[in-house]
Amino acid sequence: MADKTSRVLLDPLFENNPIALQVLGICSALAVTTKMETTVVMCLAVIGVLAGSNFTVSMLRNHIPPSIRIIVQLTIIASLVIVTDQILKAYLFEVSKQLSVFVGLIITNCIIMGRAEAYAMQNNPLMSLLDGIGNGLGYSVILLVTGFLRELFGSGKLFGQVVLPLASEGGWYVPNGLLVLSPSAFFIIGFLIWAIRTWKPEQVEED
Amino acid sequence: MQYSVRYIVLFSTAVCIAGAILVSASAVTLKERQIVNKALDKQKNVLEAAGLAQPGERLSAAEIQERFQRVRAKVIDLKTGEEVEGVDATNFDQQREKKNPATSFPAPDNPARVKRLPNHAQIFEVLGDDGEVEMIVLPIEGYGLWSTLYGFVALDADLETIRGLTFYDHGETPGLGGEVDNPNWKKLWPGRKVYGADGEVEIRVIKGKAGPPAEDPYEVDGLSGATITSRGVTNMLHFWLGEHGFGPYLERLRNERRAA
Repeated sequence: MADKTSRVLLDPLFENNPIALQVLGICSALAVTTKMETTVVMCLAVIGVLAGSNFTVSMLRNHIPPSIRIIVQLTIIASLVIVTDQILKAYLFEVSKQLSVFVGLIITNCIIMGRAEAYAMQNNPLMSLLDGIGNGLGYSVILLVTGFLRELFGSGKLFGQVVLPLASEGGWYVPNGLLVLSPSAFFIIGFLIWAIRTWKPEQVEED
Repeated sequence: MQYSVRYIVLFSTAVCIAGAILVSASAVTLKERQIVNKALDKQKNVLEAAGLAQPGERLSAAEIQERFQRVRAKVIDLKTGEEVEGVDATNFDQQREKKNPATSFPAPDNPARVKRLPNHAQIFEVLGDDGEVEMIVLPIEGYGLWSTLYGFVALDADLETIRGLTFYDHGETPGLGGEVDNPNWKKLWPGRKVYGADGEVEIRVIKGKAGPPAEDPYEVDGLSGATITSRGVTNMLHFWLGEHGFGPYLERLRNERRAA
């Protein structure tokens, strides 16, 4: 049992990563990873919503009529996302301003609907909660690595602190402008998927 | 298991009500904090334009309020330039005023692509240590390449020297037009002159490099790779400091100065 619990929590990190293996939730991964600060807040928001929605959906799973289950899941997720957005606006105003619409767009993050439908509808609330946290962490791992690379090499900073002094501000580092633009996240995530699949060849799809 | 229609309707209603209660409860309980945050954010931007806070500087709410002690909000009538009495100037919401057809009017065709103007606008006076107005901070907005830029420009009490310029909201390309936020670029503004000898707005962002303010008072370095955003900044300064923007207000101040 303990083994199963830890697998539910930890498998999504590398074995079954929602971004790297299932290729879900890419859109927000492109948008919020220009800075570590926004990335971290986004990760926490997604973990919170994912854990909450998985838990709630699982509690109701035996009462939700199958014909309306998707819209019920969506209602639960949407409510949680709005609450998250309100909390960010109240307590982390600066960051929430930078995240702008992307907090609201957590609703459309396929990972959340995907986990509600694929896991929480069949499993008990505790395991669903762990599954939600685990998948949120899996999402976060990829986002944090992407955000780290993009902020460090795109703006020479980490969490807004100067690490590589920019040439335009009297230092020596000429930043890579591509990294502040969204397409760079595609490249980084592509390389991460490559790296993970080289490490775990069983994830490579058959042609 | 088969569910009856009655059950489905009741179930979905219950889910909706529960969701609605959750959402409205959080909105109501957090509203006050959010309003405070918004107000602080605006104050911070005014301080930045006036050079009383460094761009990107992290200030606590108390620090912002303390520095804001020197700043006085006022509401003026854009067309006449007269001060409007009897309104709460501190909490005046110019954007809402602009959106409401009853309190705004269509702007004349302009290159800054400002569509509507509010009847009344909120401005800020920054007081010096002696209690005299040291500078005034005016809100500006206009179109760049992709988005409308919203910001503040601070003018010296002589009403022609720029003391600072800052944008608090825009959606320009990071690294190119987004460099309007670059502290080094913002540093180029203080000391530049707005009006030429004939009273026309002369300040503009040029392509390439401009000299120091003393030699080259009307020109500011362009942002490389961001010609259209640079032009947008020029356009919005021309609009807001010209006759359709704060021109009448600045004219009134000048006349008062002459009379005094």
